[in-house]
Formats: sequence, C-alpha cells, structure tokens
Amino acid sequence: MKRLLRRNETLVAITIIGLSLIIGLNNPIFFSVGNLFTLLRSGIVTGIFAMAVLIVLISGGIDVSFTAIAVFALYATVKILKAYAPDASIWLGFCIASFIGLGLGLINAFFIAQFRLSTLIVTLGTLSMFHGFLLFAIGNQIIRDVPPALTAFARSSLMRIPLNRGSANLHPAILITLAAAVVVWLLLNYTMLGRGIYALGGAREAAERAGFNVVRIQYFIYGFVGLLSGIAGMTFGSLARQANPQDIVGMELNVIAAVVLGGAQLTGGRGTVLGALLGVILVVMANNSLILIGVPTVWQRVVIGIIILVGTGIPAIQERRAGKRIFGLADA
Amino acid sequence: MADQLLHLTGIYKSFAGVRALRGVDLSIESGRIHCLVGENGCGKSTLIKIIAGVYPRDAGEMFINGKEFADINPIDAIREGIQVIYQDFSLFPNLTVAENIALNEELAEGRRLVNWRQVRRVARDALAQIEVDIPLNARVEEMSVANKQLIAIAKALRLNAQLIIMDEPTSALTEREVRALFAVIHKLQERRDIAFLFVSHKLNEVLEISESIIVMRNGKIVSTGDHKEYDTTRLIFEMTGHDITEKSYAFTPDLSLPPLLKVENLSTTDLLRDINFELREGEIVGVTGLLGSGRTELALALYGTLSLSAGRISIDDKPVQIKSIQDAIANGIGYVPEDRLSEGLFLEQTISRNLVVRIIDRLRGAFGLTDPHQVSEQAHHWVKTLSIKTSDPELPVKTLSGGNQQRVVLAKWLASTPRVMILNGPTVGVDVGSKEELHEMMKQLASEGMGLLVISDDIPELLQTCNRILLMRHGRIIEEILPSETNENELSAKLIEE
Repeated sequence: MKRLLRRNETLVAITIIGLSLIIGLNNPIFFSVGNLFTLLRSGIVTGIFAMAVLIVLISGGIDVSFTAIAVFALYATVKILKAYAPDASIWLGFCIASFIGLGLGLINAFFIAQFRLSTLIVTLGTLSMFHGFLLFAIGNQIIRDVPPALTAFARSSLMRIPLNRGSANLHPAILITLAAAVVVWLLLNYTMLGRGIYALGGAREAAERAGFNVVRIQYFIYGFVGLLSGIAGMTFGSLARQANPQDIVGMELNVIAAVVLGGAQLTGGRGTVLGALLGVILVVMANNSLILIGVPTVWQRVVIGIIILVGTGIPAIQERRAGKRIFGLADA
Repeated sequence: MADQLLHLTGIYKSFAGVRALRGVDLSIESGRIHCLVGENGCGKSTLIKIIAGVYPRDAGEMFINGKEFADINPIDAIREGIQVIYQDFSLFPNLTVAENIALNEELAEGRRLVNWRQVRRVARDALAQIEVDIPLNARVEEMSVANKQLIAIAKALRLNAQLIIMDEPTSALTEREVRALFAVIHKLQERRDIAFLFVSHKLNEVLEISESIIVMRNGKIVSTGDHKEYDTTRLIFEMTGHDITEKSYAFTPDLSLPPLLKVENLSTTDLLRDINFELREGEIVGVTGLLGSGRTELALALYGTLSLSAGRISIDDKPVQIKSIQDAIANGIGYVPEDRLSEGLFLEQTISRNLVVRIIDRLRGAFGLTDPHQVSEQAHHWVKTLSIKTSDPELPVKTLSGGNQQRVVLAKWLASTPRVMILNGPTVGVDVGSKEELHEMMKQLASEGMGLLVISDDIPELLQTCNRILLMRHGRIIEEILPSETNENELSAKLIEE
C-alpha cells in the first residue's frame, strides 16, 4: 500500500481526480460526454508524442526535435499527396509521413550514436535545422486545401452520441494513440530491446559490458521517435484539416513536461507508459478545462507551470528524504 | 599440485611508453583463494584487465585450462569462466535484483523477448546457491553495498564462473559484512570448486581469507606463496620494498587548558543518544562502531548537517550553536567525508582549484577578483607541504591516486586552519605506503595543537594513531578504550559484539 502511494502514477492520478472534482463541481459541463470527447481529442497528438519522448527519456537522452520532425513530415506529405496522389487514401499519407519521420529520426541517431554527442545538443541543432529546411526549401505557406482524404478523416467518428444540440464525436485517431501506447508498453516490458533501453538509461557502461549493442539501441530509439513523430504530425494535420509549417513546433516542452510529470526522469532509467499517459491527461486537462472555472487563458500557463513544479517537486523531495535514510544507514 | 586454471608467463604491457607490467608470471589454481596485493600503481589493475581481455597484452603467453589464447577479448574470457567484479559492480540501479542477475544470461542466449517467470527463477536459483535472501523485486539502488556485491556474485555464478576476480571487494563493507562475504566465498569454494582472486589493500583481511598470496611491485610479481609464509610485516616489506613500523601516538593532556571541544548529552531525534566526550588540543580521538552505530551521524551532528534534539557543544568551554555547515566552519570545525569522490572533491577541476576552494575569499586581488598568483602560490605551497605527487597542480584531481586525492582533501581544510578536524575513514582505499604517510601527517597536525576526531573501523589504524578510542553502539558511546590497554583482536571482538 505504501509502495503504491509512493508511486508517481498514483500521485498523478490523485491530482487528476482532484482537479476534475474542483473543475466539475464548479462547472458541471466538465463532466459531460461532449467535454470528455473534446479532452480526448486534444490529447491525441500529445499522447503519441509522449510515447516517443518516454522512450528517449528512459534511455537517458532527450529529444527536442520531434516537433520539427512532425511538422516536416506533415507538410512534406501533404505536398507530395497533392502533387502525385490527390485522391489517395489517408493510409498512404500516414505511410509517407512515418517514412519521412523515420528518415529524419535516423539523422539524429547518426550524430548521437556514431559520435556520442550530447542528445540535447544534437536535437536542439536538428530542431532548428529540420524546421529551417522545411520553411526554406519545401514551403512556408499554410496549405488549407488539403487532399479530400484528410478532410474525410477529420470528420469521421468512432462513436457518435446525440445531444440536445448537435452531437458528441469521439475521433478515431484516439486509436492511433492507444496503439502507440500498447506497442511502446509491450516493447519496453517484454522485449530485450526494451530492457536494453532501461539498462542504457540506468548505467551505460554496464549495459555495454553486459553485451547490449548500445549503438544499435540508439539507432532504434531515435529512428522510432522519428517514426512516431511523423505519425503524430500527420494526425495533427488531419485533425486540423490544414498543413501549417508554423504549427506543432513549440509543443515540445509541454510534451516533455507531461512525461516527466508521469514519473519519467531526465536522468534516465525510469518511466512507465501508464505514468506518461496520466501526465498527458493532466496537462491536457489543465490546458483545456481551466477556462471552465473562469481561469483566464493567460493564467493557464501559470497554472500549468505550478502543476509541473509541484508535480515533479514532490516526488523529488520524497526521494531525497528516502535517500537520506539510506545514506544514514549505509554510510558508516 | 592442483590443476592450473590460469597460467600467464612473461606478460608485458606499456601505456604511452610507461611500462605497467614487466614480465609477469602468474598461476591461478582452480578452487583456491588467491590474493593479489600491491601499492597503487604497481600494475594490479592492468594485470586484471589483461586477464579479463579488456586490454591486449604487448608480449607474453596466456593459458586458460591448458588452452593457449593468442589474444583474448572480454567475451572469450567470460566464456572460459573468468568473471571480474569491478568496484562499481556493473549493475543497473534502476532495474530489479532479479533482472540484474538474469540479464546477462538472457543476452547470452540471444533472446528477443523477456520471460519474466524465467528471470525470477534464474535469480532465485542463483541467490539460493550463495544462500542469501535478497528481495527479488526490489530495485538494486535500494540495496546496500554488501548486497550489491552479493548480487554481482550471484550474476557471475549464473555464467558458470570458474574464477571470480574481485577488485577491492571489502573496501566499502563494514566488519560484519566482510564476515558474511567471506562465508559466501568459502561456501562457493567448497561446493563449486570456484577459484577467487582478490585485489585488496586491507592486509588483515588478505591474510585471513587467502590461501595463496601474490605480491606485486613496480609491474612485477615480487613474491608468491602460501598464506602461512606471510604476516603483516612481511607483506608490507614485500609491497613497499622497505620496512614500515608505525608507533602509536603518545599524548599527555594539558589539563590546565579548557577542552577544545566538549560535547554534553548530545542526542538527535533518530539515532544518537546522550553523547558525552571531550577533545583536547593535540589529541587524536578515534570513534569506532558498526554500521548504524551512529559514528557517521556523530560527525554530521558536529558538522551541522544533522540537527540536534538535545545537548550542548562547547568550544574552549564556551557553548556554541552549530546549526549549519557555515556555523561549524565559523567555529573552526572541519570535516573530511568518507566518500571523498562525491563529497570532498571537485573531481573534474584542477588540483590547485580544489586546494584553494575553502579560502578563495582570502585570495582576492584587484576588483575583488581571484588573484591567480596567490592561488598558484597557495597551491604550490600545499603540494609541497603534503608532498602530493603530481607533475602539475593544474591537472584535474581525478588524475591523482587515492592517497594523493585524500591529501588534497586534507590540504583544502588545512589551508583554512581549523582547530578541530573530523576525519571520516581517512585512509579508505589508500595504499599501505600512503596510509603511513597520512598517519604521520595526522600525528604531526595534532602535535601542533589541532584536535582530531578519527572515525574509522580500521582497527590497526585506530590503534596506531589515536590516544583514545570511543566505541559506539546503537547511537551511544558505550566504552572509552586506551590503545595501550588493548590489542587488535580484543578491539575487533568488541566491535562486532552485540
């Protein structure tokens, strides 16, 4: 029981329930199906990104370029579709976007794995580079007349519940997020590759000595992050029904914050899929629902900041206390 | 003669022109406990790494189980049953005990998916073999050093180790944990016929556990033989090439002066109970006790990092409040922590910067900026006074050997001229020659009027340096012992007694 309480996931879940109660008791709209579906829809893209960021953080690295990869993949894919296959199905779009994402991710992997450069420096560099290249060489105009497949996908729904006025739609893209979560969960917990990612984040040298191929693991990580980012970018564009080269970039810190809130540590080796998803829910709720209790938009950022400080601060302080106890005993 | 598991002849190795090994011949017999001793820099670590296949050798032959190996890489060595347990244990702190034990095996089998049931079974079997009970689902970072070591041994066993090489296995263990480790080793030796090679500084333990002793000096093996042929004096002689005889520290208190440090009825909320003692100018008082006895907590309380629930601390008979490290420093109390690597030094920074860090305020020149001339003057002064062996004080501290690093920590404090110095494990991980010099330095400081509180469980060290020893148990001082009225065996027995 104590163990359960000390777990980060539990803390985040309690915060989510607490915040829901505060918002919901003050404004019953919060508990409506319509609002629930809107929240889920807002979490779709952040959720996919969070799965990517989770893997990187567990491996002891950090990636800030995933938003640039996403917008690059989205914009380039839309351009390609419009030029060569305007009537293609949405699946082709997702395939192209994942492929572009994978390629860009492998560029990150190349610098990080081959030259053992700092992951933050490399991805800060590629963030600028990818985004700059997109604006300069591919295009800087918003594309509003996206291929019809995207528009159709944006309008589709998984579940439609009629309301007094209109209806509440659950968008099928939520399945992409769920699939990403399941894949990453299986990967991390039931494959040697996943255990290698934890091992790498826990003690790199020991991982090498144990016989993990660290270079290959890093290629996988950053390639996979690219691929997921490509999918996330395409999802974002489909939901927004446009490809804006200025979108998405700027979201990276929000996503990283959500994952860290869920218990992943910047020092590596720790983090779970469940925690990351809970972190996303909390951040999305703070982003979307504070307006319901009259918190002005400008203040939402402040509130999110406070949640991040408190949410990551409490576990850190708890850990330090626990650490002090161990120190007092073990040292002698 | 028993079977030779490992046989080396004429091993040479140089690094950038420096000859680390010059013609080493070594034999390891299966099922025997060997101990490799030697001062820092004598080539022990290089030799181990050559055996483990980490470094290629320049010349020489190597046979494992009678088979010659022209070159050997780490994977070959592991396949032949040679397992090295390094000081950092190569464990993953964020993974569970079970996974740490089973991981290598899973990798060796080339698995792609994890079978958690098998992971637990493997780990349970391995721990059962050494008959220890460690929770399988706990994370390794929650484990004590002793348990981490047992986990590393269990891991090695799963890989069919025939020879387990342990680098300084006891340096971070308490007396009782060392006993437990030795029991495990004896068990494995009897039941599985596993050979051990220890690398150690602690001569008492070397003599106690090993059956064969190998002494290295300057890249050569200078003496080998059965443990019965050696005693501490001979070991020291073989290691250093000359005799070292330490005399105990004689001290007669000047009772006309007030005690330098006086502690009355000191307690903390969790551990310390009613501590009373005095420390006079020129005294060296030892504090000893087992894990959890409160010896480190006492130091931390005096240094202002643990808050007191009751009691009084006086300097020169004047009560003082020590609520923070700053208070302690202001009252002339200095503390050299046990873990100098993480708490005592800025490893990446230069020797000179480390030396002056405590007195940086006094070395200011124009515009209140640090004056590089004064800094370098101070640094050279201390390098010379404490004979720190370095070619250049502008090199990072991590380039120094353990003994020399400890001198830098000491010098850092001496520069600020404290009146009371608390030394926690002053010679942990320091070789015999440097240890003697550090002891002489401590005596020298005391004779100049400083009061020293030495926290240690190295019994010979306490007997050689202290004029009084306080024995702690369960947060209390239970006995005051005079070195002249006791001996090593009696004091060891008292230390582990419940």
